[in-house]
Amino acid sequence: MKKLNHELSSKKLPKSPTGIQGFDEITGGGLPKGRPILVCGGAGCGKTLFAIEFLVRGATEFNEPGVFMSFEETNEELTVNVASLGFDLEDLIRRKKLILDHVHIERSEIEETGEYDLEALFIRLGYAIDSIGAKRVVLDTIESLFAGLPNQLILRAELRRLFRWLKDKGVTAIITGEKGDEKLTRQGLEEYVSDCVIMLDHRVNEQTSTRRLRIVKYRGSMHGTNEYPFLIDETGFSVLPVTSLGLKHIVSNERVSSGILALDKMLEGKGYYRGSTVLVSGTAGVGKTSIAAHFAEAACKRGERVLYFCFEESPNQLIRNMLSIGIDLEPWVEKGVLLFHATRPTLYGLEMHLAVTHKAVNAFKPDIVILDPINTFVISDKEFEIKTMLMRIVDFLKASQITALFTSLTSSEGSLESSEAGISSLIDTWILLRDIELSGERNRGMYVLKSRGMANSNQIREFMLTDHGVELREAYIGSKGVLTGSARIAQEAKESAELLIRKKDIERKKREIEQKRNTLNAQVSALHFKFESEESEAIKMIEIEQDQIKRLNQDKLEMAESRHADSENIKSINAKKTK
Amino acid sequence: MTIKKENSAKKIRVEKQVETTNDLWVLRLYVAGQTPKALTAFTNLKKICEEQLNGEYSIEVIDLLRNPQLGADDQIFALPTLVRKLPVPVRKIIGDLSNTERVLVGLDLLPVNNL
Repeated sequence: MKKLNHELSSKKLPKSPTGIQGFDEITGGGLPKGRPILVCGGAGCGKTLFAIEFLVRGATEFNEPGVFMSFEETNEELTVNVASLGFDLEDLIRRKKLILDHVHIERSEIEETGEYDLEALFIRLGYAIDSIGAKRVVLDTIESLFAGLPNQLILRAELRRLFRWLKDKGVTAIITGEKGDEKLTRQGLEEYVSDCVIMLDHRVNEQTSTRRLRIVKYRGSMHGTNEYPFLIDETGFSVLPVTSLGLKHIVSNERVSSGILALDKMLEGKGYYRGSTVLVSGTAGVGKTSIAAHFAEAACKRGERVLYFCFEESPNQLIRNMLSIGIDLEPWVEKGVLLFHATRPTLYGLEMHLAVTHKAVNAFKPDIVILDPINTFVISDKEFEIKTMLMRIVDFLKASQITALFTSLTSSEGSLESSEAGISSLIDTWILLRDIELSGERNRGMYVLKSRGMANSNQIREFMLTDHGVELREAYIGSKGVLTGSARIAQEAKESAELLIRKKDIERKKREIEQKRNTLNAQVSALHFKFESEESEAIKMIEIEQDQIKRLNQDKLEMAESRHADSENIKSINAKKTK
Repeated sequence: MTIKKENSAKKIRVEKQVETTNDLWVLRLYVAGQTPKALTAFTNLKKICEEQLNGEYSIEVIDLLRNPQLGADDQIFALPTLVRKLPVPVRKIIGDLSNTERVLVGLDLLPVNNL
């Protein structure tokens, strides 16, 4: 089986990479090597640029020199025109990597008599190819011949021969053709070039234009069949293979802080998952951008790169506004870790936005992307298209392990849980900001509507925009439900007053007991005292009694002695006395 | 046939190049090898020149197979091509020159018998 696979892959059509961003991805490696390719499209759709970039990239990146045979623009015009894309054709010509050959056909200068062929064109092309060992050829656009030469029979036969000849030469050739009314090209070039046909398109829809590319056919190769948006900017051509994304991205267990400690706590104390998609939605003026700015600042502090797309405010305005809540983004911009990308959503179509996002992300390589806000795309009721676009952005960012934060404005009339862009199902963590109107004031409340893969807090928290950023107040949990603003303060004051009263009660009780104890002690000691005095009195009385008895006995003894009574009597008296 | 053609072409070129300065008509015929079309074109051209130009002409035959780099200078794309270098403006006639009338139109000439 392995061997079979190997054999198959060795038999696979060899390809010639174009070096055009994204194009090689959708074609699985580029254009078919050694074959003619037809690139067709209407006026101004970028055929010539596509072709010239193919040659320039070939010469500079793949060491495949090229020949550009132009039937329309002169060499000078062409050189100047593509200089704006950063291509230095003169340098390539000097280094023998490129030959420009302008074929000038002026109908008024030409008279036809009898049989002829286009052998001279073959010779010129062959000479140019051989002199620099060219592997790539562009004929732009050969249809001009039809205007210059009246004899179409000869021309068509010769074109057929030309494409055959190009194949035999083994060069990869791009032939451009103007779009025809019912055919792909005005002169039906697709009859001759049947290996690979690429269609470029420049459409204007609701005043915004979008460039699109489609591979009409590609013999012997798998290819993407969709229409892909493409861009032409200062770095050349770029095609966006956006629809080729799937749900196969790797997930991360790493967490990133939201930049707001209390919000992190609501998300298991750790924040968002890296590579997840966060939506902050809420009504106007509720602080969505502030939360985004916190996230951006925290990321910059961690040393990560942040790409901030703002669709409503200019970067300067945003920086100024964030300064008022104590977030200074300017140093990060200067350091180059934070990049603002400000465009009006109406500037170009959705596809183009996607393309721009794609390109900007690829160029800046951020860890975090912020889109603020996404609902501005909703210009008309194209919800499906917006959803597809956002889905592509989400997929693309996820595949690149980029944490994305979108903000979305919900209109106060609609349900808060419905985000206008209709992308709720794409979102991993959804933070909902809402106004709470209570007792004559508006306060801000925040809660985590959902957060996939974590035990998030279910509390509605009041949050405030202070001069040192977003602050979340502890959730008020009491008999009165969620209270905010002054109502909450009043409730808190009331509660603390009650607490104070209770405290005082207890203290009073304590004091009473103490007093009682003191009284008791006093009584006890008084009794003691009384008892002692009574006791001592009793002892005294006993002593007196004993003294009296003693004295009585003494008296008796003295009496007896004086009467000279029996000694026995005395003895008994004495005995009594001793007793 | 081939040899003869080559000789005559060379002969003419050599002959006429000497007197280029005096020629009213400077013509170049571009061909690629000795193809039947090239031969026909040359024969036709020769005939027309002899008849119409009264000897005040020079013909240079350029074989692009030998000198391919020359094709770009005169913006040649079809073969055979006759280029009228002088008198200006430059005119081009493509094809085997089989239609004498059209050649004359192309050269801005009226046939002699009409004069």
